[in-house]
Amino acid sequence: MDKQDTQHSDARPVLEGPDIARVLTRIAHEIVERAKGADDVVLLGIPTRGVFLAQRLAAKLEQITDRKIPVGSLDITMYRDDLRMQPPRALARTEIPGDGVDGRLVVLVDDVLFSGRTIRAALDALGDIGRPRAVQLAVLVDRGHRELPIRADYVGKNLPTSLRETVKVQLAEEDGRDTVLLGVKPTQ
Amino acid sequence: MQRHLISAADLTRDDAVLILDTAEEMARVADRPIKKLPTLRGRTVVNLFFEDSTRTRISFEAAEKRLSADVINFSAKGSSVSKGESLKDTAQTLEAMGVDAVVIRHGASGAPYRLANSGWIDAAVINAGDGTHQHPTQALLDAFTMRRRLVGRDAGIGQDLAGRRITIVGDVLHSRVARSNVDLLHTLGAEVTLVAPPTLVPVGVETWPCEVSYDLDSTLPKTDAVMMLRVQRERMNAAFFPTEREYSRRYGLDGDRMAKMPEHAIVMHPGPMVRGMEITAEVADSERCTVVEQVANGVSIRMAVLYLLLGGNEPAVAHTRTEEK
Repeated sequence: MDKQDTQHSDARPVLEGPDIARVLTRIAHEIVERAKGADDVVLLGIPTRGVFLAQRLAAKLEQITDRKIPVGSLDITMYRDDLRMQPPRALARTEIPGDGVDGRLVVLVDDVLFSGRTIRAALDALGDIGRPRAVQLAVLVDRGHRELPIRADYVGKNLPTSLRETVKVQLAEEDGRDTVLLGVKPTQ
Repeated sequence: MQRHLISAADLTRDDAVLILDTAEEMARVADRPIKKLPTLRGRTVVNLFFEDSTRTRISFEAAEKRLSADVINFSAKGSSVSKGESLKDTAQTLEAMGVDAVVIRHGASGAPYRLANSGWIDAAVINAGDGTHQHPTQALLDAFTMRRRLVGRDAGIGQDLAGRRITIVGDVLHSRVARSNVDLLHTLGAEVTLVAPPTLVPVGVETWPCEVSYDLDSTLPKTDAVMMLRVQRERMNAAFFPTEREYSRRYGLDGDRMAKMPEHAIVMHPGPMVRGMEITAEVADSERCTVVEQVANGVSIRMAVLYLLLGGNEPAVAHTRTEEK
C-alpha cells in the first residue's frame, strides 16, 4: 500500500544512520512526555521494518524510564483492504507481549506513513486482540498523500513527496544499513 | 500455489514450506480472545461430503469460519445424491449458487480431480480425501506436526524435513493418508519407510519414493516419527491377515516397542484410533503421542490452505475451462 521497491540507482538518501538514531531518541522522549512517564506503554511494530523500529524505540524508552517496555509485532496482512487485488502474501509474525494490550497505551510503529491504509488495517487487527486505553502512531517518515482520515502522533521526518516519487527505508537489521532513500518511480 | 489442491504430489517444496509457515501464523490465532480473521469475508465455501467424516469436516468448517467465509455443509445422506443425482449435476447446482470453493470428500479415487478439471465449475477444489488416492491436507498437517515437534515451532519456519526418518505402519493398501504422506514427505526431504504385512502393501509400491519393510522391530530404532494407520475394515473385502490378534502382535505399537524408538521420536495417528488393534492405550495416552495435537494442527493447516488458495485475487496458475463434450 505505501512502499514501493526502489531498484534504480538515482535514489538519494534523505536520512542517514545518525539522523535515524537522533529521530528515534526524540520520538522516545516525546512518548514519555505525552504519556506522562510511559508506564502503561506497549509498542507494536508493523512488519517488517516497523518491528525493528519498535525494538529500537523500546530500548531508548528503557534507557529513559529505567523500566522494561513491552514490545511486540502486529501483522496486518489478513486485514488489508487490497487482499483481493493481489496474489496471497506470505504472513508475518504477530507477537503480543505477555500482559496483552487491554487498558494500555498502544503505540503502533511503522516506517513510512503514506495512504494510511496500513494503519487502518492495523487498527482492525488490534481490535481483534484487545481493547487498549488509547492507540497512538509513530512513524519514521510521513510522506503525505493520505487516503483515509489518519494522522501520526510522532513523526520522525515529514517528507513532502510527489506520487511519482518513492520512499524506501533501509534498516541495519534487514538491509545491512540505516538510510531513507527518496527516488523516482521508473516510468512504465 | 496452484488453484486447486488435489494431490500432495502436486506441491513443490517451496509451496509446501509456504503452507507450513502460513499455518504456523494461523495457529497463533487460536490463542487469541477473538479467534477470527476477516480474510475470506464474502467468500462461500461448500463442504461436499459424499463419505462419512467427522474429524475432517469439522476441521474444515472451523478453519472456514475462523477466516470468516460463508460455509455451506452438504452431505450425501439426505440430499438429492441419494435420489440418484450425478456428481456433475450436483457440481452445476453449486456453481449456479455461486460458490468460491468446494471442499470435497468422495469414496471414488479421482472424483476431486474430475470436479476440478471437467469444466463443470469455476470454484477452487480442495480434496478432503478421495477413495484410496489422496488426502493432501492430512499429509500437510502431519508434516506440520512433525516439523513443530522435531525441528521446533520458531526454528522450523522456512525449514523442511530434510533427513528426518519417518515410518508409516499398517494398512498402506487402503490408505490415502499413507499415499499423500509419502509424496509430501519425499518432497520435503524426509526418508520414508512403509511397514506392513505383504498383503497390505499396494502393487507398484516399488515406484514410490520410499522404502518398504515387513519388520517393525528393526525399523523403530531408526525412526524420528512413527505413524500408525488404522486397519480399514470397511474397505476390506478379503482376508488380508489371519487374525486381528496376529496383526496386532506383529504390527501394533505397544509400550515395549515404543521404548525401542529414540528419545525424541514421536507417535502419530491420523485418527480414528482403534485402541488394542494398531495402538495400545498406553501408547495412545503417552506424552509422545501427537493425536490431539494433530487435530489442532489440522485447523491451522486448513486455514493456511484456504487463505493461500482463496485469499488473493488470481490463482497463481492460469485456469482454462475446458468444456465437457
